Amino acid sequence: MLAYLFRRLMSLILSLAVASLVIFLVVEVAPGDPASYMLGINAQPDTLAALRAELGLDLPPVQRYVAWVTGMLSGDFGTSYTYRTEVAGMIAQRLWVSLPLALYALVLSTLIAFPAGILAAARRGRAADVTVMAGTQLGVAIPNFWFAMLLVLLFAIKLRWMPSGGFPGWDDPAKALISLTLPAVALALPQAAILARILRSSLIDALGEDYIRTARAKGLTRWQALRRHGLRNALIPVLTILGLQFSFLLAGAIIIEQVFYLPGLGRLIFQSISQRDLIVVESVVMLLVFAVIVVNFLTDLAYVAVDPRLRR
Amino acid sequence: MKSLTLGALLTALFVIAAALSFLWTPGDVEAMNIAARLKPPSAEYLLGTDHFGRDILSLIMVGARTSIAVALVAVGIGMGVGVPLGLAAAATRGSLLDETLSRANDLIFAFPSLVIAILITAILGPGAVNAILAIGIFNIPVFARLSRAAALSLWKRDFILAARTCGKSRARISAEHILPNIANLLIVQGTIQFSLGILAEAGLSYVGLGAQPPVPSWGRMLADAQTMVALAPHVAIIPGAAIVLMVLGLNLLGDGLRDHLDPRLQKVRA
Repeated sequence: MLAYLFRRLMSLILSLAVASLVIFLVVEVAPGDPASYMLGINAQPDTLAALRAELGLDLPPVQRYVAWVTGMLSGDFGTSYTYRTEVAGMIAQRLWVSLPLALYALVLSTLIAFPAGILAAARRGRAADVTVMAGTQLGVAIPNFWFAMLLVLLFAIKLRWMPSGGFPGWDDPAKALISLTLPAVALALPQAAILARILRSSLIDALGEDYIRTARAKGLTRWQALRRHGLRNALIPVLTILGLQFSFLLAGAIIIEQVFYLPGLGRLIFQSISQRDLIVVESVVMLLVFAVIVVNFLTDLAYVAVDPRLRR
Repeated sequence: MKSLTLGALLTALFVIAAALSFLWTPGDVEAMNIAARLKPPSAEYLLGTDHFGRDILSLIMVGARTSIAVALVAVGIGMGVGVPLGLAAAATRGSLLDETLSRANDLIFAFPSLVIAILITAILGPGAVNAILAIGIFNIPVFARLSRAAALSLWKRDFILAARTCGKSRARISAEHILPNIANLLIVQGTIQFSLGILAEAGLSYVGLGAQPPVPSWGRMLADAQTMVALAPHVAIIPGAAIVLMVLGLNLLGDGLRDHLDPRLQKVRA
């Protein structure tokens, strides 16, 4: 187990190192000089040079890369070119919108997918299964931002039950949760469709195994056998997908935030891109990639904890 | 068979609409007609008009062109680069090439593709070509991984052994024996990636990083419609419905093809 852990940890570190290099290089080739962008077209050459020196833009790329990475490791994400404030602070503020949104959606997606997937597998081939599967076909085909617009149309504009956008802050948690509800539902539904399908097929596989027959032979009902033996075994692939979904939800949140005018990481990225605030772009993207890689790593570990056969 | 037919019909509908738009559209997609703006569907405008008074049916037809072109070329990039890499990795199993490719694949899979696509299009500048690139890059590991896994199982088969004893090189065996045998799988995966590409293109153009005006695209029609949802719901509903129907059609086609091409897989569908 220790050797396995060590190997996975090394590959985690390697992934993060390569990821940071790729992001740095992509941003490096970006056209447009942040300093001249900040000072406008009438900037004097010496002011430009001074600003470039202040921002560290005059250093060679290798040095800037090392400074960026070591800075991030110590929690210093640099200073925004545009706002002259700490990038770490800007991100932390936005994270309090994006992260709860992604988690909220993850919970919703699990709450929808589990009953649906279990029902479909238990009633395989019957009306309930056909309905659930048709629903999931539709669910994976719907772009979540369009679904979000439909939700706004129905619940905010026609019924006036929910706000159509914006975020009041966490001072009033109930209000904050209400304003995150429509975005979370929009994010969750397509993911729930994928999860339900995987749960269904993985359960059906498990139900065909000998141990289910044994369980039935010793007198358990179909439902008992499914719950005690089928579900446990079917959970392993589902766990992996749950880990992957976190990455989809985080990325999906970027677009959904645009629909609901939520001040999250997505808004920060688009705003920084249009202002050539490259240090912010770099850091937000790196943070998202970091989150995804670490979640995948943790999923792998959970996977192995659940199924010892995988400790190779 | 049912899903194959329905999927093929839906897909054909959009392909024909897109092809037809080169020759004829019910209305002019470039001329504004402010007097007839935001009109609901009627006999004159089958799907209504947008905020510039343009015929939405025509915009959907021309938009289909953009979606199909972007997604198709992105699949082409994925297959064109991914399949040879996957075949080479399988042919030289365990070699440095194989290991490096597998590592690189894992790494690309670890990236949240949409975030990177946003980064790429933002850096290179918005536009259809860069959207194609951003989507295409993430298709490469999908095809590389699939063709490697499929090819590996074939390399153990007797007919490959026979070909090797005849003195054929690994490259020739890959091209002449492995590739034809994994073609079915590639077609099915291609259909799925095609549908994912349509969704990705819609997402990118919705946030303004896809095809630029005046080229119509479904995603941007939705972005434009957002502020007018309350006034004229059809402007927001119709382009989204087009995306859903096209993606649904492709997914059904993919499922149907899989069942049709490989009856053994019919029992369980994920």
